[in-house]
Amino acid sequence: MEALWEQILTKANYWMTIALMMVGLYAMITKRNLVKKIIGMNILQTAVILMFISIGAKRGATIPILKHGDAAAAHAPRAVDYINPLPHVLMLTAIVVAVSTLGVALALAVKIYQQNGTLDEADILARQVPRSHEGGP
Amino acid sequence: MIWQIEFVVLVIVLICGVAAVTVRDLLGAAVLFGAYSFMMCLLWAIMGAVDVAFTEASVGAGVSTVLFVAAVFRTSRRTKD
Amino acid sequence: MKTAAALLVLLFGGLLVYASLEFPAWGDPMAPASRHVSPHYIERSLAETSVPNIVTAVLADYRGYDTMFETIVIFTAGVACLFLLRIFGRRSSESRLYRHLPTGITLRISRGGAVPLSSKEFERIDLQWVPYSVVVRTTCRLIVPFSQLFALYVIAHGHHSPGGGFQGGVILGASIILFAIANNLRASLAWFSEKLAVLLCGLGVSIYVATGALSFLLGGNFLDYGTLSKPFAMGAVAARSLGILMVEIGVGITVMAVMVHLYYGLASAGRHDEGL
Repeated sequence: MEALWEQILTKANYWMTIALMMVGLYAMITKRNLVKKIIGMNILQTAVILMFISIGAKRGATIPILKHGDAAAAHAPRAVDYINPLPHVLMLTAIVVAVSTLGVALALAVKIYQQNGTLDEADILARQVPRSHEGGP
Repeated sequence: MIWQIEFVVLVIVLICGVAAVTVRDLLGAAVLFGAYSFMMCLLWAIMGAVDVAFTEASVGAGVSTVLFVAAVFRTSRRTKD
Repeated sequence: MKTAAALLVLLFGGLLVYASLEFPAWGDPMAPASRHVSPHYIERSLAETSVPNIVTAVLADYRGYDTMFETIVIFTAGVACLFLLRIFGRRSSESRLYRHLPTGITLRISRGGAVPLSSKEFERIDLQWVPYSVVVRTTCRLIVPFSQLFALYVIAHGHHSPGGGFQGGVILGASIILFAIANNLRASLAWFSEKLAVLLCGLGVSIYVATGALSFLLGGNFLDYGTLSKPFAMGAVAARSLGILMVEIGVGITVMAVMVHLYYGLASAGRHDEGL
């Protein structure tokens, strides 16, 4: 029982992240509105980023900005005192790339709306089928 | 890192995420997504990732919400699901 | 369809939960992720680059090549939005609205009608026009300069505090977007034109690549800022700090221009005449 509780306490964070990923993936698959799909994609992206940040967390450590100055220069920084900065670096760029992909995805959605007059995936597909019959070789 | 506070914020993040994909109004979904991003930023600040939290606060809660609202303004606000 | 999707998602989640049982405990200082290369960054980065913020040092120096291509991805997104949405030249087929300022009368001018050009009494207004709120415009006028100053501080002070080119660029872009929302898109385009935005997109990437090429030409590796010590007459460690600052400025310019350009394109659906 004690071991199970320990397991839950140390892993609950990851499980919530996995639940968030599942929400995002489910929205991407089942929602028919394109903007809803894009929101699902963003939730999946931020959940993956949260997973990486959780991996970088370190108990009893402080933020990765080194103490510097006269008093602190006497002893070199120790790795156990600072949170692992590497996931932060990778995810910082990932967030900005995520907003660029969001911009391109929304531009595509606006273009699709201009041509079809709807954002609903089923309606767009229903409009596409007769056109392919007309324009046959 | 206080795991109780972190857990509460995680629950709020999950609620905001589920609400953002289920609400039947795209403008409301955009605003809920902004709230989701801001709670996520708070979570990362608790975990000590200050640079990432700063980026998410300006990018996720600021610019992406504006982009969503602009796209919804140029398309339609109604949705069937 | 929905049940199949739910089953797929549950399988995906179950596999991830199963994998997470093997994960190190949350916050474990001896987790594998914290043992390989990150101790080197934490213990040596201050001595090697004289930048206290480890994230900035790793982002722009140790992994500068990575960040360069992330910047190019953002640049590509801006260019893709330009090609996807932009409708050049062709005047909107809808009628345009003008407001006669002394009387407040609104004129609708249909296609081909005469436009009161260069008249101080007429002001073009959006089709979905709402009366301007004095509170919003005044607050915007007060906030924009301070947020731009703060953005420059964030870019320049990224060495010592959280921040850097990405965050500062986004705040700088957000201040211009705020101006565009509080006034209208045409006023914003007169201040920060589309041509300027596209030029700045390219300029930022060019600054980044030029910094790398400069260190290359001075005899080091590409993006090895230590060689900048020769022309700037400073130590190799201080030169690394300077190289990081130059790179961050390039990133900030590109990010700002792309954010503004994405907003212009999305808010006007590519026409760049009427916005949110």
